[in-house]
Amino acid sequence: MAVQVFKIPDSLKKDMRYSFCPGCDHGVAVRLVAELIDEMGLKEKTVAPASIGCSVCLYDFMDVDLVEAPHGRALASATGIKRARPDKFVFTYQGDGDFASIGLAESLHAALRGEKVSTIVINNTTYGMTGGQLGPTTLIGQVTTTSTTGRTAEDYGYPIKMAELVALCDGTAYSARVSLDTVANIRKAKQAIKKAFEVQLQGLGFGFVEILSTCPTNWHMSPTQAHERVRNEMMKVFKPGVYKDVTANIIPALATSQNTGNIG
Amino acid sequence: MSYITIDKTKCKACYLCISECPKKLLKIGQEVNNLGERLVEFNDPNHECLGCAMCATRCPDLAITGVYKE
Amino acid sequence: MTELTIGKKILTKGNYAIAHAAVLAGCECYFGYPITPQSEIGEYLSVKMHELKRGYVCAESEISAINMVLGACATGAKAMTSSSSCAVALMQEAIACACTDELPVVLISVMRGGPGLGYIYPSQGDYNQATITGGNGDFRTIVLAPSTVQECVDLTYKAFYLAHKYRNPTILLADGLMGQMMEPVEFKEYPYPEIDNSGWALTGAKGRPSRAIHSLAVDAEKQCEHIKQLFEKYKRIEENETEWEEFDTQDAEIILMSFGSPSRGVKSAVKELRKSGIKAGFFRPITLFPFPHKRLAELAKTVKKFIVIEINMGQMVRDVRLAVNGAAEVEQINKPVGAPIDVETIIEKVMRMK
Repeated sequence: MAVQVFKIPDSLKKDMRYSFCPGCDHGVAVRLVAELIDEMGLKEKTVAPASIGCSVCLYDFMDVDLVEAPHGRALASATGIKRARPDKFVFTYQGDGDFASIGLAESLHAALRGEKVSTIVINNTTYGMTGGQLGPTTLIGQVTTTSTTGRTAEDYGYPIKMAELVALCDGTAYSARVSLDTVANIRKAKQAIKKAFEVQLQGLGFGFVEILSTCPTNWHMSPTQAHERVRNEMMKVFKPGVYKDVTANIIPALATSQNTGNIG
Repeated sequence: MSYITIDKTKCKACYLCISECPKKLLKIGQEVNNLGERLVEFNDPNHECLGCAMCATRCPDLAITGVYKE
Repeated sequence: MTELTIGKKILTKGNYAIAHAAVLAGCECYFGYPITPQSEIGEYLSVKMHELKRGYVCAESEISAINMVLGACATGAKAMTSSSSCAVALMQEAIACACTDELPVVLISVMRGGPGLGYIYPSQGDYNQATITGGNGDFRTIVLAPSTVQECVDLTYKAFYLAHKYRNPTILLADGLMGQMMEPVEFKEYPYPEIDNSGWALTGAKGRPSRAIHSLAVDAEKQCEHIKQLFEKYKRIEENETEWEEFDTQDAEIILMSFGSPSRGVKSAVKELRKSGIKAGFFRPITLFPFPHKRLAELAKTVKKFIVIEINMGQMVRDVRLAVNGAAEVEQINKPVGAPIDVETIIEKVMRMK
């Protein structure tokens, strides 16, 4: 008798079809979030904002309570939800543009306040939905529709390192960078997201996971080539790892004080 | 006997699953999706599938809807 | 800070009155960012909300503050922010979003001088900002304009009630004078029924299907349908909630109109003009949206002239002209910023226009 070892998570809508491009890692990331909501029994207490970008249709995919947030404001919205209903499970699922460009103030201040919410950010080094423009995470040398000869530091500045920045915020309980380029890394990514959820449930503070992801369409690569780029180019700048974990006493050297666990 | 189920309406023909299968049971088939791209097929005449779920874990589009392990 | 209690007349300033009224109205969350002339609201609530174990965040910006309100309101909570002019300008995207998402946002807007950074002088320069708004697309906000500190209390209660009754952002449009002025005021119990929001609020998909609140529509037909429904709602709001104050209008030849704090001087001017035998009347919209178009159209059948007095270069006057629709003359007395125009000046100008 065969046992079912993989199924579509209940926290995803039945007969839903992702609107992501073929081979886009967004689909995996959303599934991991949904699997954990199932496994941790959070579906009935989840209230979350949907952000802007390729993640915008989260409410078409996920079978949980969701409200749209204007561009960049997902963590402001999440703060409002959590402060109004502290017993709910609140997460944000955002792109790098939403989190680290237009919403950087909202994002870092949520981390600094130690909001008891969990944030998953997709880093694909471009603005995917609008057609592949230069974003906050675009690598030096990367060609986009607004850096047609490649990003130069002189003209465009440098890419932002989200997991490191968030780890420096004293309200952060967990900050990690993971990738989805291999099945083994997908499994590690799930563990990291689980941790980001757990620190919220334990009331320890802000939980954050940056996911190195792909945008085959705007990178003009096959899905397989895109994963090679994650390994060969992105990971050199955006190094995977756990940058902060108050439960394992991993505190960045630059952080001057530890999370007290009692913020807000 | 271990096996997987595929929802062909969800397969976007990215082919990421093909290289994941340790037994090489997934291949590009003859059937096409609405974009005219050839869909992935699961073919396991000798019952080699391990039920490892590597393909389903990799699939970004939930086209592999179930993995059953003996 | 004076301890404010129910049923006792006390002397307090508009900002404190609004803040305490919000507490009594059951406001569960306040999110705000300081800006003169309304900072006392956030200061007062920083103490009170913590005392009551309700939500309070001193946000990193007004944009963040209003979006926190949107998030809290999506759960059905009573939540508000307060701000002023140039900072309310920052909130426009969120206000439009809250309108189309039908979130019961309460915004206290205490006007200061503009445009640009302007200054902290009182002004009524944000009539258009509140009633027309700078947000994108077709929508309306409910706008209430107090003219006394007592009304600051009463209309704050009403703002929470209407916001939840109609699931529509509601703005209490005060000005710097109203916010800073001290007057005797009495706090009553919140006089409105609590609105059942269990049919839409996001509380987690327990024992019911999941819910999504969003406006983004990939289907133009659906979006048309949604916006048409919003405008049906606005029609109901106009029919049921239009509120104004008028006196001496029965036989009036001239009607002096104003909203908010300048109304105090305008009322006195009308009384003085009556004493000198001039058939003057007074009319003050309390709801700026819904605007009392119908009543003004009726009055225009018998009144020769409406004179609209505002501390701006003429914003409400456009709504008056629309309502009167050429049936009577409409003139205006304005100054862009500062304390309301004094009674003598109003009388002198009215006499010249007569």
